[in-house]
Amino acid sequence: MSDAVVLKNITKRYKDVTALKSVSLTASKGEVFGLLGPSGSGKSTLLRIVDLLEAPDSGDVEISGETVHSDSKEAFHTRRRIGMVLQKPMVLNRSVENNLAYALRIRGWSEEETQKKVDRELKRLGLEERRKKNARTLSGGEMQRLCFARSTIFDPVLLLLDEFTANLDPANVALLEDMIRNYASENKERTVMVVTHNLFQARRMCHRIALMWEGEVVEVADKKRFFEAPEDERTAAFVSGELVY
Amino acid sequence: MALEVSYDVIQVTLLSLYVSGCATILGSAIGIPLGALIGLKEFGGKGLLKTITYTMYGFPPVVSGLAIYYLFSRAGPLGSFGILFTPTAMILAETLLVIPLTTGITIASVAEVDRSVKETVKSLGTTPRQSVLTVMREAWVGLVMAAMIGFGRCIAEVGAAYMVGGNIKGETRVLTTVIMLETRQGHFDYALGLGLVLIAVAMAVFFFLRLLQEKELL
Repeated sequence: MSDAVVLKNITKRYKDVTALKSVSLTASKGEVFGLLGPSGSGKSTLLRIVDLLEAPDSGDVEISGETVHSDSKEAFHTRRRIGMVLQKPMVLNRSVENNLAYALRIRGWSEEETQKKVDRELKRLGLEERRKKNARTLSGGEMQRLCFARSTIFDPVLLLLDEFTANLDPANVALLEDMIRNYASENKERTVMVVTHNLFQARRMCHRIALMWEGEVVEVADKKRFFEAPEDERTAAFVSGELVY
Repeated sequence: MALEVSYDVIQVTLLSLYVSGCATILGSAIGIPLGALIGLKEFGGKGLLKTITYTMYGFPPVVSGLAIYYLFSRAGPLGSFGILFTPTAMILAETLLVIPLTTGITIASVAEVDRSVKETVKSLGTTPRQSVLTVMREAWVGLVMAAMIGFGRCIAEVGAAYMVGGNIKGETRVLTTVIMLETRQGHFDYALGLGLVLIAVAMAVFFFLRLLQEKELL
């Protein structure tokens, strides 16, 4: 498998707090990579850096073999190959169908192509009948599914998920996880990075997992080894539930 | 009727609407994009610029009138345009009053848009221009409010309109200047009646703008 995301010695400070301490990681094409760790461990900051929403103080970010910078004028070209879903579903104040179409229109898709693609997605989401309704009238679960669909409708090579099911009920969690598993397995060129503090979710979804702790990567291992034979004692304590945070 | 009405109420009302409407449109066309840029871009001196903009909310209409009067008076630098004592001069003077309001309210409105909306939009791969336009659309209620407040200032304005318009019968006489004239002449009933017309006109415009504001953008 070739590398989709390579992070080299990423450091990030906010005033007196060091959020990331020389973090290096690699996520390969075709894998679902989990970033696990307690709140405040730097997982979300790392994901924001990969999405080029923030610049690291030092270190390099490579996406599909290219070194990228969030402050460059071309950063939006890179962002156009990345989808991101946040914890809080963030829909625009417009109809369900126009939320989906938005991601395509900003990319210059023709109206005909956009409508075709949107129709297909609405069918998949089961929201055809509510396509004309304002997206803010949807339930939390529906909104999050809409956000997921909006972030994948343009077929990104990299999908970033930041605690994407934290506010959802189990039924909606299962639905979304299924959608993501399908998305990842449809094309082996796609990579998914999932930030979560939910051990069960990491176990259900990820191929490889990194444990982050106070801004550092403590351990990276494939799922089986991570849960069954962790090398670091903090990982062992975390997966056994002994580590209270 | 004991008193002779020396002007056409309908014409005066229409001119009031025309001058205020044009000044609101011009002031919004300048102030709203300017406010969006100030509100969304990071640059040195931004705080100071915001403070100056907010301070200009209290910009005295007579000073705005004076500036236009100076610029377009016969001896002024733009005197050759010959627009002093015309509705155009009134529109320009009132536009100067509207711009700080529309700019300031837009700055506040775009700043109020949730940071995660701005990040989501950016994350979806928008160009900087697409980001600004999307955030402006999300701030729609505030932007219409900016135009409403701008119109409110224009329709109620008398100092600048009098100074650069001259209250010329049939040409630059608007509701506020005529109310002043009638009051000075002791025709309080007429002045009061015209005041009610002014309020009714403003109410009709605000009703339309409120519908626009509450329109669901789908």
